[in-house]
Amino acid sequence: MSMPSRMPEPYGQSGGANLADILERVLDKGIVIAGDIRINLLDIELLTIKLRLIVASVDKAKEMGIDWWEDDPALSTRARRDQLAKENAELRERLARLEELEPGRTSTRAPAPEPAREESP
Amino acid sequence: MTGLRYVYAVCRPLAAPLQAELTGVAGAPAKLLHHHGLIAVVSDVPERDFAEEPLRAHLEDIDWLAATARGHQQVIDALTAVTTPLPLRLATVFRDDSGVRVMIEEREEVFLRTLDRLQGRVEWGVKVYVEPTGQEGTAGPEAKPASGRDYLRQRRMKARAHEDTWQRAEQFAGRLHSLLSEHADAARLHAPQNSALSRASGQNVLNAAYLVPRAKSEEFVEMVDRTKGEEPGIRVELTGPWAAYSFVEPAASEGTEGTGDAGGAGNTGGTGEGDA
Repeated sequence: MSMPSRMPEPYGQSGGANLADILERVLDKGIVIAGDIRINLLDIELLTIKLRLIVASVDKAKEMGIDWWEDDPALSTRARRDQLAKENAELRERLARLEELEPGRTSTRAPAPEPAREESP
Repeated sequence: MTGLRYVYAVCRPLAAPLQAELTGVAGAPAKLLHHHGLIAVVSDVPERDFAEEPLRAHLEDIDWLAATARGHQQVIDALTAVTTPLPLRLATVFRDDSGVRVMIEEREEVFLRTLDRLQGRVEWGVKVYVEPTGQEGTAGPEAKPASGRDYLRQRRMKARAHEDTWQRAEQFAGRLHSLLSEHADAARLHAPQNSALSRASGQNVLNAAYLVPRAKSEEFVEMVDRTKGEEPGIRVELTGPWAAYSFVEPAASEGTEGTGDAGGAGNTGGTGEGDA
């Protein structure tokens, strides 16, 4: 059989490869064949509750109420909350600035960098 | 005692015998079962552990599962060194050899087609992490704001730094993914790993697999290596060569990849458009 010769050594720790990487593949990828011993890996409680989390799809994890990706603005509801908080902060900042400028309030609003939204009274 | 047959993989007949002392799950030796011009790589495993009930119970045991996963992978690794195996999912068990033969006959065509498609190719795993910066999210050590304005400014700067890092990470992951995809025969985006559970530091933003011809693997590895340390605060991890676990399904099912999965890498899904 033709075995091309130039094959890099296994990268990193072959034997000690990250368990998560191994589980991700042996549990989640590869060919699924129903053998004589019928085990649906998804029915295994431990897998479902603990191990599946290692490779949990976002939806799956969400279903389970797990929020580990919460800091990812692309994904999370928390990030949306953060956005609200940020907006809030910006508004408060504007307010602070306005209050500071209260005496000569006339035309000093020009430098405000945020896209203006007239929410402060 | 009657044993069951645990099947690791299906492949074409090997040019050389398997290493004699190769063991797999439950420490059982791996053997070759020839049938119809294919081979199944199997172990005899005891019924007391691999019949339905005990197997189900064992799978709930993290240590047993980890040991079994490693045993499975050990055989797949050994096969990957000498041929192109089609790895089966963990815990594929038949009563006896004839059950395995029937399975081969039933799927012969698909096996052969898949083997042709994957022939001479291996899978490389690439993950991108955003390293914890230590300054985000810790309310403690920063200077106490002197005024409400200071406070607000600090908050804003923090939010921006955070956003910048994520934006950089997303862009980096997108660029890397399109670069690597160009040098691979196929690519798959997987769900990001939960760093807390995988014990890797930082947050996983890209978790991808690339199908690469063996002959081009060295080049591929070098390409990934060159990106390491390119962006501060972002870590690139390479694993492999793996058997083509992520590519046993033909690309036609690609539609299911990258829907939920791609989200983890921001907009890196598919083509990585707009990143060039």
